Amino acid sequence: MTNVTSLKTSSEPTTSPGEFSPAERQKFDGWFDARFEQKMREREAARTPSMAIIATKGTIDWAYPPFILASTAAALGYDVSIFFTFYGLKLLKKDLDLEVTPLGNPAMPMKMPIGPDWFRQIDWPIPNFVKSNLPGFERMATALMKRTFRQKGVASIEELRELSVEAGVKLYACQMTVDAFGFDKPDFISDIAGWVGAASFLPMAQKSDITLFI
Amino acid sequence: MRATAETVQVTQTLDAKGLNCPLPILKAKKAISGLGAGDVLQVVSTDPGSVADFASFCRQTGNELAASNAADGVFEFLIRKA
Repeated sequence: MTNVTSLKTSSEPTTSPGEFSPAERQKFDGWFDARFEQKMREREAARTPSMAIIATKGTIDWAYPPFILASTAAALGYDVSIFFTFYGLKLLKKDLDLEVTPLGNPAMPMKMPIGPDWFRQIDWPIPNFVKSNLPGFERMATALMKRTFRQKGVASIEELRELSVEAGVKLYACQMTVDAFGFDKPDFISDIAGWVGAASFLPMAQKSDITLFI
Repeated sequence: MRATAETVQVTQTLDAKGLNCPLPILKAKKAISGLGAGDVLQVVSTDPGSVADFASFCRQTGNELAASNAADGVFEFLIRKA
């Protein structure tokens, strides 16, 4: 005569009711791993990448990176938001009167966009006291950079901003900066997605794959 | 045989010569959105950076880079819309 206990121990030596046998367990693990990998791949393929940028600077040289990256990311199919704060808010004005200066900016080349090649290659060593005392020096540096960029087929900031808006990049303006600097809202473009604060930007950034502070 | 505009039926051509990063990509993206699946956009550019950029653009957007040719500082890309 066999009793129930001895029957159970002989057929399933290490398994208690409700658990898998080692063979079943191994089979299930293999199935789960393959299925998990497949699901993760599907999820990755279906997911839209996203980017959140904080733009804090309002000079031409600093205006390019946010708009180049935003417009390109949008072209790649990303969801893109830019939060403009402090001097970055100038990038949202209807009249983009941006400037650039080599003063306190020693890496900026001072080259002439006119004349023969050897002349264009000269990086003019202009002393700081000239940069700071010569009236209209920033205007001149700005005009030179704009002309050089135009000649090299680089888009203007206006163009990149338009392309960004067209591609669905969401532009957010910092409400605090507008109040603090006394800016007038009618001076800004109408494509602004919202006048918001840090508490609105952070949740966007938290969900983003890429976050940049520029 | 290498794919060229002669061997592939080109639907539309985008002349991006003289334009610099990121304009060729942005203009190509715009042109592609006006095409149908299977249509081919031919992009001609002079920006050396566009060779790597168009390869990356196609990988990321799922469109097929049917050809990437270079001759005399001019680059040609044939992009088949997915």
